[in-house]
Amino acid sequence: MYYLKLVGQFYQDMRRQKLRTFLTMFGICWGTIAVVLLLAFGVGLEARSRQSMHGMGTNVVILWGSKTTMPFEGMGIGRQIRFRQEDAEYLERKIPQMALISAEYSKWNVKIIYKKNARSITLKGVQPSFGELRNIIPEQGGRFLNDLDMQHSRRTIFLGNKLRDALFGEGSNPAGRVVMLGGVPYTVVGVLQKKTQNSNYSGSDENMALIPASTFRGSYGHRYADNLVYRAVDPDLSELVNKDVYRELGRRFKFDPADKEALSLWDTTEGDRFIKYFFMGFKAFLAIAGVFTLLVGGIGVANIMYVVVRERRREVGIKMALGATGKTILMQFMVETFLIVALGAGVGFGFSAAVVQVFKLPIMSNVIIYVGTPTISPAVALGTMLVLGIVGFSAGYAPARRAARMDPVRALEF
Amino acid sequence: MIELEKVSKVYRMGTVPVVALDGVSVEIAAGEFVSVLGPSGSGKSTLMHLIGCLDTPSGGTYRLDGRRVEGLKRNDLAEIRNRKIGFVFQNFNLLGYATALENVELPMVYKKMRGRERKSKALELLGLVGLGDRAVHRPSELSGGQRQRVALARALANDPEIILADEPTGNLDSQSGREIVQLFRKLHQAGKTVIVVTHDKTIAAETRRVLNLFDGKLVSDSPNH
Repeated sequence: MYYLKLVGQFYQDMRRQKLRTFLTMFGICWGTIAVVLLLAFGVGLEARSRQSMHGMGTNVVILWGSKTTMPFEGMGIGRQIRFRQEDAEYLERKIPQMALISAEYSKWNVKIIYKKNARSITLKGVQPSFGELRNIIPEQGGRFLNDLDMQHSRRTIFLGNKLRDALFGEGSNPAGRVVMLGGVPYTVVGVLQKKTQNSNYSGSDENMALIPASTFRGSYGHRYADNLVYRAVDPDLSELVNKDVYRELGRRFKFDPADKEALSLWDTTEGDRFIKYFFMGFKAFLAIAGVFTLLVGGIGVANIMYVVVRERRREVGIKMALGATGKTILMQFMVETFLIVALGAGVGFGFSAAVVQVFKLPIMSNVIIYVGTPTISPAVALGTMLVLGIVGFSAGYAPARRAARMDPVRALEF
Repeated sequence: MIELEKVSKVYRMGTVPVVALDGVSVEIAAGEFVSVLGPSGSGKSTLMHLIGCLDTPSGGTYRLDGRRVEGLKRNDLAEIRNRKIGFVFQNFNLLGYATALENVELPMVYKKMRGRERKSKALELLGLVGLGDRAVHRPSELSGGQRQRVALARALANDPEIILADEPTGNLDSQSGREIVQLFRKLHQAGKTVIVVTHDKTIAAETRRVLNLFDGKLVSDSPNH
C-alpha cells in the first residue's frame, strides 16, 4: 500500500511539472525510438543487401581465363588460358574443398522465338550444378536442367522469368512448350523463380536462357567455356580453394601459380565479408547515435529529478525525523527515476514496434525491396534495455544521493 | 535518561559563526514532564534538535541512555530517532498525500514492521488520540487539532521513550491546544518522557519542570508544583 502511494505521489509530482515531465519522457522515448528503430532498419537493410547479393549465388567464385604474364618452364608470356568443361571436372576431382563447380558457355544475341514473339538474348550452356551455385530456383511446375539433359545433350531450355513474360505472357507456365533457337526446337523445362539480384557479370538472370553445356557445344561448336563458377564447402575456405585452383590449373596449363594475371577471379565471399564489416560499422554508428540521444534524454531526467528533490526537501526532512535512513530516501527517488525512464522507454518501444509492424503491411512491399524488413532483434531490445537501465541509474543517482545526504534540520526548516 | 554536558552548537552563516547553544548542561530522567521556555532565538529549537538526534553537538557530550551520541553515523542517528524518539512539530509535518493511517504507519515502515501488524497498531494509536473514525482521511480533510493528534499518534508509533514537541500548540486554537496538552499529560502519566519546547508560559505551567533558555544558555531550571 505504501509503495502504491509512492507511485501515486510520483504521479502527482509529474502532474505538477506537466510540461517538464512530458519533455523529459519524450527525451527518453525519442532516444529509445532512435536506438531501436535505427538498429531495426540496420538489421533489415543488412539482410536485404545480403539477399540481393546472393541473387547471383551464395559465396560463389567466378573464374575467367586470361593471359599469362610470367614465363614458366620455357613457355613465354601472353598465352591465353581457356577452359573446357573437363577442366571444371578436373578441379572438382583435385580439390576436396570444392563443393560445386560448373562451366559456363555464353553466346550473345541469340534469337529466341515462340510463335510470333521473338527476342534477342544471351544464351548460356551450363552444367546442372549451375542452378544451385547461382541460386536459380525453378518456379513451381518446372525444373532446372539435369544430368540426363547433359548426358543425352537434350535440347531442353530453362528461361529467365522476364524472358518468359515476354515470350509466353506474364505468369504463365511454359513448361513443355517448344521455342526455336536459330531454327532448332528446344523444349522449355522450367522458369526462374523471381529473385532479387544486385550484381552480375553477363546480364541479369531474369533475361537469360540456359541450355545444357553438352547441347551448347554440339549446337554452336564452342570449344571453350567463357568462365567457371564454383563454391567452396565453406565460405571461409574460399581463399584456400582459390589458391588450389591457381596451383592445379597452373600445373595443367603450365603457368606459374604465382602469376595472378593468368586467371581472373571474382570471389563474392569478399563481398560478403565486406557487407559483414560494413554493416558492423554501420550498426555501431547507428547504435552510438541512438545511445547519445538516450544520454541526452537521461540528462533531462536528472534535471527534473533535481527539481523534484528540491521541491520535496521538507518531506525528506519529515521522513528522516521519523527514522528513514539515507538508503530509504535514495531508493525512493531512484524508483521514481526508473519509473520515468520505464514509462518513456515503454512508449518508445511500443512506437518502434508499431513502425516495424507498418513495414510488414502489404502496401509497404515496394519499400522493403529497397530498405529490407526492419526487425527488432532480441539482442537490440536487450541492449537498449541495458542502456536504459544505465541511463536511469546515472540520471537518478546524483539527485537521489543529494536527497539522501540532506541535513534533516535544514530540510525540515524548508 | 538524557544527559547533556556543556553542550554547544555553532552554526556557520557564511563565514560568521553563530552560537546557538553555549555550554548547556542538563539531565532529564526517564518519565519526566519538562518544558523548555525561551524567546525565539534562545536556542530552544536547537536544543530539541540535539536531544532528538536530528543534529549533533559541536562541543560537549550528549549521552542518551548512557550512549554517546556525537560521532554516531547518520544511519545510527536515524535508528535512534526511529526507535527512541517521537517528534511533534508546530506545523504538524504530516505527509499531504498520505492518509492519517499511512502517516501513523510511516515510522513502523522504517522499523520494517509487517503490514498487518503495522496497520492494527496504527489504528489503535489513532483510537488513543480520539481519531479512530478519521483513519482514511488525508491531512487536508482534518482540522488543525485533528492533524496534531495524528502527528502525536505517529510520534507514538514505535513506542518511543521520549516525546519531543516543538511548539505543539503554536498553530492551534486554544481549545485544541488544551486537548493536546491533556494528551501530553496522559503520556507522562503512562511513563513517557515528555519534553515540550514552547514560549507559552501557560503550557509550561502544566509541566513538572521548566528549563529557561536565553541566548543559548540555560538560565534557570526549576521544578513546578
